[in-house]
Amino acid sequence: MYERIREKLGILADAAKYDVSCSSSGSNRKNENKGIGDAEGTGICHTYTEDGRCVSLLKILLTNHCIYDCAFCVSRRSNDIKRAAFTVEEVVELTMNFYRRNYIEGLFLSSGIFKDADYTMERLVRIVKKLRQEERFNGYIHLKTIPGASDELLREAGMYADRMSINLEMPTESGLKLLAPEKSHAEVKKPLKYIQNNITQFESEKALIKSVPKFVPAGQSTQIVVGATPESDKEILYTANAFYQNFSLKRVYYSGYIPISYDARLPVIGSQPPLIRENRLYQADWLMRFYGFKVQEILSDIHPNLEADVDPKLSWALRNLDQFPVDINTADYFMILRVPGIGVSSALKIVQARKFNRLYESHLRKLGIAFRKAGHFIRYADSPVQLKEYEAGHIKGLILSESKSKYQKNPLNQLSLF
Amino acid sequence: MELYIFDGSLEGMLTAVFECYRRKSQAVKLVSEVFHVPDVFDPGYRVISDREKGKRVWKGLCKKLGKEWQFRFYKAFLSEQPEVYQHLFNFARYVIDQPAGACENFAHPDVLAISQIAQKVHREKHRMEAFVRFQKTGDGIYYAHIEPDFDVLPLLTEHFQNRYADQRWIIYDLKRKYGLYYDLEKTEEIELDAAPQMSVTNALPSGLLDAKEQLYTLLWQDYFKSTNIQARKNTRLHVRHVPRRYWKYLSEKQG
Repeated sequence: MYERIREKLGILADAAKYDVSCSSSGSNRKNENKGIGDAEGTGICHTYTEDGRCVSLLKILLTNHCIYDCAFCVSRRSNDIKRAAFTVEEVVELTMNFYRRNYIEGLFLSSGIFKDADYTMERLVRIVKKLRQEERFNGYIHLKTIPGASDELLREAGMYADRMSINLEMPTESGLKLLAPEKSHAEVKKPLKYIQNNITQFESEKALIKSVPKFVPAGQSTQIVVGATPESDKEILYTANAFYQNFSLKRVYYSGYIPISYDARLPVIGSQPPLIRENRLYQADWLMRFYGFKVQEILSDIHPNLEADVDPKLSWALRNLDQFPVDINTADYFMILRVPGIGVSSALKIVQARKFNRLYESHLRKLGIAFRKAGHFIRYADSPVQLKEYEAGHIKGLILSESKSKYQKNPLNQLSLF
Repeated sequence: MELYIFDGSLEGMLTAVFECYRRKSQAVKLVSEVFHVPDVFDPGYRVISDREKGKRVWKGLCKKLGKEWQFRFYKAFLSEQPEVYQHLFNFARYVIDQPAGACENFAHPDVLAISQIAQKVHREKHRMEAFVRFQKTGDGIYYAHIEPDFDVLPLLTEHFQNRYADQRWIIYDLKRKYGLYYDLEKTEEIELDAAPQMSVTNALPSGLLDAKEQLYTLLWQDYFKSTNIQARKNTRLHVRHVPRRYWKYLSEKQG
């Protein structure tokens, strides 16, 4: 009896894990009906896998049966693997029992496509509806949008889900066509747009009538697989940027491709996933979303890829030394934010503290900035007189020699195991 | 330098601030009696905790501090660190003496210290919200025990009460020997005569547990393994996020 459910969970959690999104933040669903759960405010990572990724949601597929044959996907129909499917009740019971024990923030539900899009989407909707209405569950629900599902079903799904997502998979249309001829970016854009329009409509109604129900309050996200096809970082980030702008996405996830197939179009099984590249893409993504950088400043035709040995912010600073040094005691907040080694919270503290006193090196060190890095780019009350201008290569050398970067001791495509 | 000794309570700490203005003290060294080593040459001034005096100081602080800083002040107090009382005391005097807004001066040593200590306590609170693992007992109560670095239970009430409004639960601090009990109506502080001890597997005796508890522990352990991607293994990152001292809470680390 236990064995059957254990086996299903094993298969369907394993098949779902390549979708990297596990965020549980950004919603505003309160527990107002004395039910169970609360999805308000910041998310919580209840544990971390041994690969260091946050586990916030119970992330499973409803089934790994699939009519599609996408080369990059473990669940592709030509793959010889065990197949399984949960019943609606099983998913509801697992979610509720995990949630009540404080294991998770909620459910991330995806599925292989069986029969057709509507049939699959309808099952997914049935599960989330049951959770919300019968179990009075107010925890976080991330629901996959099934490409090709009808507008009516998507609209209903949006009434129960906190976040919805649909994956671009490959950064360019040509890359996608190569590995998944049955799919296109157009069929991703259509539902993204439809849900985006609905979110805007519900929000504008909410401004007038307070009782308007929630519709996908934590917005939409997507995922781009990195390293399966030969696109440059520039192509990846420009695509991401366009989707942030055109579809008001909350997040774009970058997933370093894990080889799972002997298909000759793909990296061979056993080759290292591009973890550093993935990390650099996230750093660049953060620069666009929180640090006021334009994508064109980070990558361009003459600089189409992010460096492995330095982070994108440092890289930008080294390419733009004419903008430095920045005087901590007088510079604009947004310029301080652009200094390598200074993050959002340190930058805020700096502009608050300097209203009271001129800031010295000792202050800055205590405030928590990465002084070894930032020191090369700033002036402060007691900064030493600098006689010669350093050039970019020299500063980079200094920073790299002083730092204990986790990326240096190892081959460039590999993270340390221990 | 005058020596003030207080009883270690928040009320006592605030009373000390009151007394220092009443007695027109200049430099004051404030210690909690728990950490105080008696000195024959300097008996010090004993602060007698006083509700009214404490309240007046708190009200005064609230006039100058926004909600966030009031909360930071309280969180820093809950750290129970020997040096925090002096920082809080200095901070209170600094805020009272300066015009409103002085709390944003992060270059001031006490402002910075309070904000950093409060941040540590906040992190521990957040970890408890994440790492508490309830076990369902035979009588339907969801039970968990913890040994947090700081006294964070008072900060947890709201979170767990909002979230688990339709189930009874207990979170027990084994170090400080008290817990929170939510009875579907309200959350109260309780003391257990015979609280279960922290054990290797951290499981309650099976006789106390609900019939299905073992199944869900097992499924959770299974899930933890299945959702891992072996090719990305990164133990250093894993341990940074889940420091070893918390593993004892986590059933998924026992499987």
